[in-house]
Amino acid sequence: MTQEQIKAAIIEQILFIAPDIEEANIIPDKNIQRSLEIDSFDFLKILTALNEVTGVEVPESDYSKVDTLEHMCEYFMKRVKD
Amino acid sequence: MSTFVMPSLGADMESAVLMEWKIKEGDRVEKGQVIAEVETSKGVIEIEVFEEGTVDKILVKEETECTVGTPLAIIRTDNETLEEEMPTQTLQHLDEKRPHTDATIDIPVSESSERVKASPAARRKAKELGIDLFSLAATTGEVHLSHVESAAPAEPVEQKTQVSGMRQAIARAMSRSNSEIPHYYLTTSINMTPALHWLEEMNAKRSIKDRILPAALLIRAVVLSLKAVPELNGFWENDAPNIKTQINAGIAIALRKEGLITPALLNAESMNLDETMHSLDDLISRTRAGKLRNTEITQQTITITNLGDLGVESVYGVIYPPQLALIGLGRIINVPWAEGDALCVRKVMQATLAGDHRATDGRTGAKFLEKLNDLLQHPEELL
Repeated sequence: MTQEQIKAAIIEQILFIAPDIEEANIIPDKNIQRSLEIDSFDFLKILTALNEVTGVEVPESDYSKVDTLEHMCEYFMKRVKD
Repeated sequence: MSTFVMPSLGADMESAVLMEWKIKEGDRVEKGQVIAEVETSKGVIEIEVFEEGTVDKILVKEETECTVGTPLAIIRTDNETLEEEMPTQTLQHLDEKRPHTDATIDIPVSESSERVKASPAARRKAKELGIDLFSLAATTGEVHLSHVESAAPAEPVEQKTQVSGMRQAIARAMSRSNSEIPHYYLTTSINMTPALHWLEEMNAKRSIKDRILPAALLIRAVVLSLKAVPELNGFWENDAPNIKTQINAGIAIALRKEGLITPALLNAESMNLDETMHSLDDLISRTRAGKLRNTEITQQTITITNLGDLGVESVYGVIYPPQLALIGLGRIINVPWAEGDALCVRKVMQATLAGDHRATDGRTGAKFLEKLNDLLQHPEELL
């Protein structure tokens, strides 16, 4: 997967879980949960869906590394096997 | 014969739109089966039937707005025969109470592939706001009132005083609560470090699909504490407490757009931790998708509100009548904490109980909070 594909997959999952969010409102360096009002259940759903798409499982101890869209892209980019 | 009527889905509801029949005349129905979907200010609710039998007659067409108590269908129970006739008087009575159909709603006569599936309430609102249902349906599929409302342009300032149906419902229930229920409040600080540490270790061994969130652990702890102190679980009815052994925990769930619903986690007392997590996840998803059942929005025996995600430290809630108590759980924060002679930093949560003083005293409330604290210090007991 390319960086662009990973970013697109993350955005797709966010929009699927929270359909009222506009793509333009996902600011790359803002905290995803706080800026988009995504609770812990929805956040876990996003990570579970991304696990299915990319095969990468984010342990809870790494949550601080996937707090923004930018960080999440980097995190998955490093670990995904094409 | 029994008449299936539009149920009251909360004291505040006056009418709802019958959206879809899940059964047809002649079908057998089981107790607890979902037989229809109705649209209310709380979203689309699935309606269950409470007896076994056969659907004799459907009295109301889909997409009709019906007031509470309107007969919707006739169910023939098993001990009745086909030949049995319905008393004429009842029929006349039914005719008088036939629901009104809003004349401004266009109910399409023929079913074509181009027809937009939309509820009458959605159609009316769309017409009012000048929103094109076709383009809306292209993105949402079936169009519900909430879709139209969210597609509406920002309202001009002078219309701000107009209050949504859900807001009005909350207003009525809360005003009633504060005028009728003498509340008392108790608060305790709970050291959450042991429970969160235990949960982290357990989750590290699990796959992402089976992880347990702290919210589920907290609800499980509250439910177990209620089993130990049942006096807080039930209703105030006819000037006396009516204690329930079944715990239908009403969970405050924020809707993404606006408002709050507290649907019940039915029979939470029978669930272990995994089941609590699974049911809670399902309940939250269905609440946000507008797919709740009538029992879930009418049979709460207690309310749990966890404003943790919003970042406040304590919640002094208003009891939802006729319930007897409300549990408020605050955000978990790092605080200086004394253990023995040492001062350390711990993750701490404020748990607050709002109790109905007619039913219980502070002593009962204190027992409950003590049990809750005790369980969270021994999280393995919550499995």
